[in-house]
Amino acid sequence: MASPGGEKGKETDRNREYRLAAGFFVLIFLLMAGYLIYFQAALSEDFINSPYNTRQDSFADRVIRGDIVSSDSQLLAYTHVNEDGSSDRIYPYGNLFAHVVGFESNGKSGLEADANFLLLSSHEYFVTQMKNEFQGRKNQGDAIHTSLDTSLQSAAYYALGENRGAVIAMEPKTGRILAMVSKPDFDPNFMWQNWDYLVKDENDSSLLNRATNGAYPPGSTFKLVTALDYYRRYKSFEGYSYYCEGEVTVGTDSIHCYEYSVHGQEDFYQAFANSCNCAFAMIGTVLGPWSLRETAQDLLFNRNLPIASYRQSQFTLGSRSDTRMIMQTAIGQGDTLVSPMHLALITCAVANKGVLMKPSLIDEVVNASGDSVRAYHPEQAGVLMSQEEADALAGLMEAVVSYGTAVSLGWNGYTAAGKTGSAEYNEEGASHSWFIGYCDTEDPKLVVSVIVEGGGAGSQTAVPIAKQLFDTYYYG
Amino acid sequence: MVNIFVELSKYVILTLMVLYTFHCASMVFSPVRGNKEWHLFMQLLLMFGLDSLSFLVLFLQQKDLWILLYYLAMMALFVLLQLAYRTLYPKASGLLLNNTCMMLSLGFIMLCRLDMASAAKQLIIAAVASGLFLAVPSMIRQMRFLKKLAWLYGGAGVLILMAVLGLAQSSYGAKLSLMGIQPSEAIKITFVFFAASMLWHRPTKARIMITAFLQAVQIGILVLSRDLGSALIFFVTFLIMLYISTRRAGYLALGLGVGSVASVVAYHSFAHVRERVSAFLHPLLVYENEGYQIVQSLFAIGTGGWFGMGLGKGSPQVIPVVKNDFIFSAVCEELGAVFALCLIALCMMFFLIIVNISLQIRNPFYKLVAIGLGTEYAFQVFLTIGGAIKMIPLTGVTLPLISYGGSSLVSTLLVLAIIQGLFIYREDEEEEIERLRRQTEKASLPFGFSWRRKGKRD
Repeated sequence: MASPGGEKGKETDRNREYRLAAGFFVLIFLLMAGYLIYFQAALSEDFINSPYNTRQDSFADRVIRGDIVSSDSQLLAYTHVNEDGSSDRIYPYGNLFAHVVGFESNGKSGLEADANFLLLSSHEYFVTQMKNEFQGRKNQGDAIHTSLDTSLQSAAYYALGENRGAVIAMEPKTGRILAMVSKPDFDPNFMWQNWDYLVKDENDSSLLNRATNGAYPPGSTFKLVTALDYYRRYKSFEGYSYYCEGEVTVGTDSIHCYEYSVHGQEDFYQAFANSCNCAFAMIGTVLGPWSLRETAQDLLFNRNLPIASYRQSQFTLGSRSDTRMIMQTAIGQGDTLVSPMHLALITCAVANKGVLMKPSLIDEVVNASGDSVRAYHPEQAGVLMSQEEADALAGLMEAVVSYGTAVSLGWNGYTAAGKTGSAEYNEEGASHSWFIGYCDTEDPKLVVSVIVEGGGAGSQTAVPIAKQLFDTYYYG
Repeated sequence: MVNIFVELSKYVILTLMVLYTFHCASMVFSPVRGNKEWHLFMQLLLMFGLDSLSFLVLFLQQKDLWILLYYLAMMALFVLLQLAYRTLYPKASGLLLNNTCMMLSLGFIMLCRLDMASAAKQLIIAAVASGLFLAVPSMIRQMRFLKKLAWLYGGAGVLILMAVLGLAQSSYGAKLSLMGIQPSEAIKITFVFFAASMLWHRPTKARIMITAFLQAVQIGILVLSRDLGSALIFFVTFLIMLYISTRRAGYLALGLGVGSVASVVAYHSFAHVRERVSAFLHPLLVYENEGYQIVQSLFAIGTGGWFGMGLGKGSPQVIPVVKNDFIFSAVCEELGAVFALCLIALCMMFFLIIVNISLQIRNPFYKLVAIGLGTEYAFQVFLTIGGAIKMIPLTGVTLPLISYGGSSLVSTLLVLAIIQGLFIYREDEEEEIERLRRQTEKASLPFGFSWRRKGKRD
């Protein structure tokens, strides 16, 4: 400062407010710069990969869309460049990976949409890019190496057969998705030709990925949530006993067990293994709507799943709910709606000591020369329950396979645990068939979630599909 | 071939910008006089390189001869400005002049890339406004009675706004304008001059009340014409000036209270305020409607990454009103986030240069004018950049000197001309002090002051 020495003190004092005001705005500038850095480093990916972002499509003028590859090195999608410079996207497996890999004409879906930016970015070597540039050729986009496994995917696909429904297989310890099937499906090779038909068939909604975005009543699989709430209240399943007469009535509302079976004297494990509606409806009335709601929300009901585009599940119990609704909800009927993916995630948390890993489909991004551009590592999405609670629920699910509704999964050379479900969806009593579970009770390796629409009891339709997946996983 | 050139030139352009920013910082933060001329000369060289390369890139892509002509015209303008300033005002701030040219040229480059017609219009307006930019500093120097014209400034501000409100009522629009002139830009200077002339000398309570009332009327008219961004800028500017002149933090607290109440009222009474808040909170959810603009801006910034797509290689034109409110996003997309950080740094140093003048000048009226104009500048930059990167809700104001818009360009150049005038005024003041010092030394008082001179800031 140019200031006469004698007046210096006074001068600085006179400028105090000026300095404070200036300092405030300098701080604002620094915050602004900081936020821009933060946005680029942490937030930008969400926006770049948004399906609304059409900028990436302009990359296609200079880049050949990259391949999508399975974990067993099979091509799931690639781009074939014709002699006239036009190109076609080819899906060698046709319908098999329709929903999970998706399509990229007539809009985009599945991985083609989520990884659009990665597929249209090229990390070819600089010299190669220069050569391409001089020869007027496009650069090869990066390839996506997925966690999908063709043998598990086809096992799931053919096991589901002509049924409508969905199958998911994933690793509880990493969140890697190994198989994801939704039916009815479509052939992504012929989107142009079939588009009008696909968008019109409202009853089939073939384009919907039921695995991640279907909404179904959970049926008896929800007893896992009720059981967790019970465990949180009483710290143990021991000491519980109930006598099942096949039907139970509270006031004017009555609940009966599946096909009016009578289970007789039961402890908690037996009630769970038998999937006894009467026992769990009574437990629901004891726990009450708020307690159930809290536990359900801890398990991500009414919450965003770790991947925001996956459907949020719905749980509606509250202070206005009557006894009938509480009893229905406790056994998985009522207004609760859930996606197969959400149940798979809950099962993953049980199998992984309460810790939920973020579901993922992409293992690695690789450039045209096969060198890694970016590897994706397992990420923790949250802790849904304590390890003790997870172990307690695992004990219940093992009982289901030992002497309950999924005994057909026993004695196959591996150990399994799970829960069946039959979710009634109309007045005539028709029901969807559910199974969620995992194999290797000591060291959980594979979680499956299966739903067959209108498949009847879980044990009849869904469990055999799960068995085929487990068999394929162990014996190929 | 062109692609490779664009790809490589992107890094060269960034390097030039980083070096330019570095030279600017050296002058702002380490005020050693000896190096000043060298820094200024390097800045000119770097700016010349950056402009030439950018226009070459644009020309190679568009193959439009107008781009070369434009480049020559722009260069001619800058050369004339630099020569004229050095001849007319040897005491003027070279750094402020260089930075003005740099910001202008960045605006010209982006506008040429976005829309040639707008770029041409902007260049013509800049050339005309340069006349003002040259004339005003000497007026400031001569007209020593400026602080006595309080009622002229206040009256002019209110009259301009009333005229716009009255005459433009038939045309429904988000922003009212009279003959293409935006009222908020027109009162930028009178607003600060009014406050400064009322408050510079120990204002009484009554005087403060009158000032606050008249400023509130002006801000109120802006709010009615839905120009909330400008209203906010003026509000904050007045608050800062009031705080500085009264030295009472209580006024700040009072102002913040009034501001909070006003924003709640605005939220509940204006649908467009609610829309902007909702677009700020969850832009992707309301993408189809109010979120479209901000989401497109974020796509641009995100897709550009650290180093940008390269000039002409992005698609910033998808962002609605990119030329005016989102020029910063276009810079981010094509020139990259690192370049944009340099631009933020330049804006900050632009502000600091103004602050330094207000700190060093001795005339209390001009002190207040300088900090007022500086506040307007800094807060406007914050609103537009902060809005574009979604740090705060959008307010729809321009980035001074860079965005397209005649009124904004003219008013900013006028502000900078006043700042140059104040800079020269300060130099005059120092010479006066120096002269007095020599006289005192000659008198050689035995117990006299010892005038010490520290390094001088620019």
